[in-house]
Amino acid sequence: MSMATAGAVFALSLVAALVAGYRPFGDYLFRVVSGTRQSRVERGIYRLVGVNPAAEQTWGVYARSVLAFSAVSILFLYAFQRLQNHLWLSLGFDPVVPHGAWNTAVSFVTNTNWQWYSGESTMGHLVQMAGLAVQNFVSAAVGIAVAVALIRGFARSRTDELGNFWVDLTRITLRVLLPVAVLGALALMIGGAVQNLSGGTDLTTLTGHAQTVTGGPVASQEAIKELGTNGGGFYNTNSAHPFENPTAWTNWIEIFLILLIPFSLPRVFGRMVGQNRQGYAIAAVMAILALASVTLTNVFELSGHGTVPQAVGVALEGKDVRFDVSNSATFAAATTLTSTGAVNSFHDSFTALGGMMTLGNMMLGEVAPGGVGSGLYGMLILAVITVFVAGLMVGRTPEYVGKKIASREIKFASLYFLITPALVLAGTAVAFATGNNSTALNAGPHALSEVLYAFTSASHNNGSAFAGITVNTPWWNTALGLCMLLGRFLPIIFVLALAGSLARQQPAPASEGTLPTHRPLFVGMVVGVTVILVALTFLPALALGPLAEGL
Amino acid sequence: MRLPSWLSQHLAALRAVLVFTVLLGLVYPLALVAVGRLPGLAGRADGSLVEAGGKTVGSVLIGQSFTDADGNPVPRYFQSRPSVAGDGYDPTATAASNLGPEGVVDTVAADPDESRQSLLTLVCARSRAVGELDGVDGRRPYCTPDGVGAVLAVFRADGLTGRITRVVSVNQVAPATPFVGSWQGVPVELAQPGHDYVAEGGIVTPVRGDAPDKPAVPADAVTASGSGLDPHISPAYAEIQVARVARERGADPAAIRKLVEEHTTGRALGFMGEPAVNVLELNLALDARFPTR
Repeated sequence: MSMATAGAVFALSLVAALVAGYRPFGDYLFRVVSGTRQSRVERGIYRLVGVNPAAEQTWGVYARSVLAFSAVSILFLYAFQRLQNHLWLSLGFDPVVPHGAWNTAVSFVTNTNWQWYSGESTMGHLVQMAGLAVQNFVSAAVGIAVAVALIRGFARSRTDELGNFWVDLTRITLRVLLPVAVLGALALMIGGAVQNLSGGTDLTTLTGHAQTVTGGPVASQEAIKELGTNGGGFYNTNSAHPFENPTAWTNWIEIFLILLIPFSLPRVFGRMVGQNRQGYAIAAVMAILALASVTLTNVFELSGHGTVPQAVGVALEGKDVRFDVSNSATFAAATTLTSTGAVNSFHDSFTALGGMMTLGNMMLGEVAPGGVGSGLYGMLILAVITVFVAGLMVGRTPEYVGKKIASREIKFASLYFLITPALVLAGTAVAFATGNNSTALNAGPHALSEVLYAFTSASHNNGSAFAGITVNTPWWNTALGLCMLLGRFLPIIFVLALAGSLARQQPAPASEGTLPTHRPLFVGMVVGVTVILVALTFLPALALGPLAEGL
Repeated sequence: MRLPSWLSQHLAALRAVLVFTVLLGLVYPLALVAVGRLPGLAGRADGSLVEAGGKTVGSVLIGQSFTDADGNPVPRYFQSRPSVAGDGYDPTATAASNLGPEGVVDTVAADPDESRQSLLTLVCARSRAVGELDGVDGRRPYCTPDGVGAVLAVFRADGLTGRITRVVSVNQVAPATPFVGSWQGVPVELAQPGHDYVAEGGIVTPVRGDAPDKPAVPADAVTASGSGLDPHISPAYAEIQVARVARERGADPAAIRKLVEEHTTGRALGFMGEPAVNVLELNLALDARFPTR
């Protein structure tokens, strides 16, 4: 079997597993977020936190709870890093520098997991497992909670109530993320991922060199890093590191974990609005975009276009032998189509067009299938915009799953869509205007790609990098921290505002003039709107970077 | 006393952060550390360390350099891939090169410390070195015979157009010989240290040359891995090393080849990943079966 054939079977086996998991896992998620019976542990947590699980919140209170939780998390994580030298398991590392601690605190709380540092030489084990990995869980739960609140906006009528953030946060964490993470971590440990508290084993190699084999609670962090679409590596080389991703089959499991929740959430949408076919339509949009992207990334990487790949014979720089080209390309597509940003190979050394695919995936808004929660709410926003555009074109009433899309709704949706391109393009422009682009490692169009990639990754809360660029400077850490913060919480506020506005509406009964939103026609239109909006926004920037390099 | 709602919300948030920190940040990872102590898992949870002669000599998952103190390959061992983690295979400084696919022009500074090789030159130099070590053809497309990137800066009268006024082989400095004597009738010069021929207006022109499409030195032998710790090489890279290792150990090449096959893992379930040879395990087996005096 050739590498291309094996790679295709690899990708198709993932598709099959996700299709098989869609209904059972989606139904399970639905029961978790719509159930009202609380377990004893959950009741204990509500008591400790001091909230009444039966009390529902308006969109404003829900949003303020999200923001309060995230603000406290950022401060807590910042203090944790600054004080790490006084704590247990610090491995003798110094406190993290202030601008770096700010960047990392924001990075993990916003589900971005952009990393300016090398894990193995900066963060002690306690900061990793009790600081960073905790945010891997709860930032993912925040994303899912916000998506669920938006679905409640569609599903409910004439109410101000969108659920209780603390209940959603707790139930999603305890009933979904924790059990799947435990299973994932066990699988990774069987594959060889390390799970210990060792500061490292000093040894002498066969030919007499000193080598320190690092330790750490890696498997537990790796599992939730993928499942929560976080992406922050325990080590600098992330999921390329053999202790994070030891074998070809753990690589399959990691990609599966990345895609599992984002691809199952449309089922929750369908169940909650009482029309499963609406969930299938959204999942179909995600699947079409994802399949196209995975295919193109594989084609570009396997074709090995470019001077160095042709000199080498294949595009193998920055890739490990056990994954080789195709499984690396599939991982790269999965990690950028979601908000994960974990890497098992280095995108900076990809072919120009393969690298462009990873950039384009993020620019797509990370909606195919996107981050946990954020992918679904991003896609629902695009569906709302599509309904509106279609309504203008063919004179249909803009309605989506029984709710009217009026000026207030479309304002929130447009604001949502405009935030990230504004951050990406303005950030890139400011970097060049202030000379901070000079830290890029490569020259020419590739340097623009590196800067553009950094702002795209931060603003879309992805966290992967064209890692050649040096970003450990006060300017870069501050600027990217701001992009991550605004790129996460402004959209969340608009999503919740939209949810509040939808929930207050009367249900609009479907009429002759209603555009069906579960048919292939609508699926095709959402795909079209997504691609066209992205192309119009980012094509000029892409033309100066990867397109100039690759064509 | 009732607290204002903004304050009570932040207090709830603080309590939630603390509760989740204990549960997800301590109980969850430490329980898995405890599971990792179980027989059968313990070796793996601790890093899959291997011993030879009673001493720990490495981890089967972490590659290492089989070089001497000066960094030269030890010929009786199979060699690993190039690594840019620290000085090579340093797990405390894992890294990939992050060099791009069109990185073809070296920085040749007046001060050798500030010079930097492009990815293309790194590939060409590695290919030539492996070719010499293993007695195979080290030539590659876009590489000069002396093992740097075959790249010209072509200057034209009107920038991008017009007649050619000057041609520089940007990666070759004296005392090298230009890899082509002339380019479209214009004699090719060597690069002078301290010049940036791209900034000076030269059009970067990589030259394919007449090297075979499928070079004898495999791709993984000339590229740095993503992890910087890649424990594997391709079966093809192992194959070109068989003759050398057999000679150094006074063994039959067929016996060495058989040992390589025993340490080659195929694709998981027949379709995941690519066939690979674990270099440390192979070298340990070599020492056990074909010891050198």
